[in-house]
Amino acid sequence: MGRKLDPTRKEKRGPGRKARKQRGAEVELARFLPPGKAAKRRLGAGSGPAGRRPLGGGRGGGGGEREPAGQTAHGRSGFSDGNSKWLAPAKAKKTQPKGNHVELSSDGEVEEGSWEMEEEEDGSSEEMVDDYGASSSEEEELLPIEKAALKQKPDREGLSEDDSEEEDEEEEEAEEASKQKMGQKEEEGPDLQLNLDIDEQFKLPTSEEIEKEDILFISEPPDLHVIHQRIQGNMEVLQDFGVKREEGRSRQEYLALLRRDMAAYYSYSDFLLTKLMDIFPLPELIKFLEANEVPRPVTIRTNTLKTRRRDLAQALINRGVNLDPLGKWSKTGLVIYDSTVPIGATPEYLAGHYMLQGASSLLPVMALAPQENERILDMCCAPGGKTSYIAQLMKNTGMILANDSSAERLRSVVGNLHRLGVTNAVVSNCDGRQFPKVLGGFDRVLLDAPCSGTGVISKDPAVKTNKDEQDILRCAHLQKELILSAIDSVNAASETGGYIVYCTCSVMVEENEWVVDYALKKRNVRLVATGLDFGKEGFTRFKDRRFHPSLKSTRRFYPHTHNMDGFFIAKFKKFSNAIPQAQKAAPSTVPDTIISEPLPKKKKLEGSKADEEQKPPQPALKKKHSLQARKRPFKS
Amino acid sequence: SEKLLKLAASVPRESLVAPGTCFGKFTKSQKFRLSVTALDFLAPYAKHKVWVKPGSEQSFLYGNHVLKSGLGRITESTAQYQGVVVYSMADVPLGFGVAAKSTQECRKVDPLAIVVFHQADVGEYVRNEDTLT
Repeated sequence: MGRKLDPTRKEKRGPGRKARKQRGAEVELARFLPPGKAAKRRLGAGSGPAGRRPLGGGRGGGGGEREPAGQTAHGRSGFSDGNSKWLAPAKAKKTQPKGNHVELSSDGEVEEGSWEMEEEEDGSSEEMVDDYGASSSEEEELLPIEKAALKQKPDREGLSEDDSEEEDEEEEEAEEASKQKMGQKEEEGPDLQLNLDIDEQFKLPTSEEIEKEDILFISEPPDLHVIHQRIQGNMEVLQDFGVKREEGRSRQEYLALLRRDMAAYYSYSDFLLTKLMDIFPLPELIKFLEANEVPRPVTIRTNTLKTRRRDLAQALINRGVNLDPLGKWSKTGLVIYDSTVPIGATPEYLAGHYMLQGASSLLPVMALAPQENERILDMCCAPGGKTSYIAQLMKNTGMILANDSSAERLRSVVGNLHRLGVTNAVVSNCDGRQFPKVLGGFDRVLLDAPCSGTGVISKDPAVKTNKDEQDILRCAHLQKELILSAIDSVNAASETGGYIVYCTCSVMVEENEWVVDYALKKRNVRLVATGLDFGKEGFTRFKDRRFHPSLKSTRRFYPHTHNMDGFFIAKFKKFSNAIPQAQKAAPSTVPDTIISEPLPKKKKLEGSKADEEQKPPQPALKKKHSLQARKRPFKS
Repeated sequence: SEKLLKLAASVPRESLVAPGTCFGKFTKSQKFRLSVTALDFLAPYAKHKVWVKPGSEQSFLYGNHVLKSGLGRITESTAQYQGVVVYSMADVPLGFGVAAKSTQECRKVDPLAIVVFHQADVGEYVRNEDTLT
């Protein structure tokens, strides 16, 4: 049977490019039919806003019978409602530019251009409900395929926006219009913000006024808003000091006031703030402080020993968790936006498919790059996140010695290792400084040293106030001892390894660059690239100190730049097992020219002397070194 | 593995916490009690399995026994009091149990009767972290 050309019959048109190209006979016909007739046809066709019309039946009167609305008043057109006054057919011309509209209704309705125009003009016929109960509002046109088309039709956008401005009740309109408007609004946003023009000069309060404030502070709490404004004003002055300064006031006074205000506003101790002001330039400092007020997003690491990231993501999404892959740099991380179930208690968690871990904790293990069948030492392993990551990268081969000096935290290590199915780990409870004595000759060592925690203030706000000079120096001292033990526990001659990774969750230079520099001076190690291509480089000089230039290969991560906890990572390669003796004249390294002996003997030798070496006082250390040097030639 | 044991031997005894994975413990009367940490190793070898419906997964993980209403599938010819491994519908092993009824009886019994006695489940990792060894 041939297909009869019946302009009164609407055809169902599918979505897609091809459907758009061939607009259908009705539209083509409209160009040739006289306008009145064309309108009548269209009216007849469109007044029953369903898709397909039943076949057969003539035009005109037949249409009226089909019409649920009722009898036809006009013999010709076939519909009868009283809309004829305002529902005027559009001119045939208008179908040309708006012919595109036909493409947009992809649920099968041929909403012809004329209808579009009429709807928009009226504004009140938006909610046309078709036979299927769905409304043919503009929302239907906005299917994802059509959105691309949308962007090419600015005039239509303008029109429909006008519409939605007229109607505010329709939720659908609002939603869909807001989608369109968002693009525009984003452009307007920055303009609005630029209106904040601070004309007034920032006036530095005199010392008397500051004292008055102190007195007031005792009686009533400080006005945070005022302080915040003052901080911002102060910052502006300091950034353009030559121009904006007040005569007769030194930079120091401005800085002092800024410090006081920031300490009050963000609740930091003055000491910590001074330290931070040395590390960060001022605008970054504000960002850092703000970032510390907000917690970092929850991240998890897929346990590849038991599952794949794809499968895990699917399973968690089915439970109602909103997540995303962490980034290009990680193949196992997922970041959790929100979830209806507690992440730490899903059956997948209990089955050991993933581990709750900060994003920054994935980095040192990636830098360490453990290979299969190696012997690895993790000196401060609790609660076991990094250890289990090492194990999964090694695919449960080789051996990991997971050590921590705190017995209670070790229980969580054991629990986690069992849960995640790690079989190649031995857990021990020694002090890290005992290490080469207990067991040495490892291929790689990971040292996640205990630190002051200034990088994880968002997790533990108490750090803001309870750290002082003593704490930092004590941490630094412990870290120096630990890093020497770590270096001594590595076998430089191992075929695949000889690497030490030192990391802390702190941003203080005393705990990071200083310790690394110390290690470079004291042992036969050199810094190598961490393999992480993002992150800020470590400092090679800081205030009055100068560090070795290879410190550029270390990496620093900050909460405000990378949205992960503050971190510092350094990777060493040990190139000789000998321990350099420090000369009495100057503390420069003079590596021994002794070739490394067969390892077990060597390790025992060094091991027995190791604990003596660790004793702090420097002159004593030097003596022991020279003693050792004298003894060795005999023993070899 | 043995290599692991030899390496672990060099750690002083007071300090050694866990060489490898713990399967279970010996009780005072010389009985061996299997713990949930052995699940990964035993699950693939299990001859008799019980699948639990999603609704009663959580209940099992809290330590409750499995009722007939929560039973999804069960391997044929499971004898009564047979040791079984409990799985979720997604084939994720959840723990160990003992079949309270044989497969035939399971079909006949009413929905609130216990069909699997709970012995060990993965939820213990969170509940009894300290006693896991």
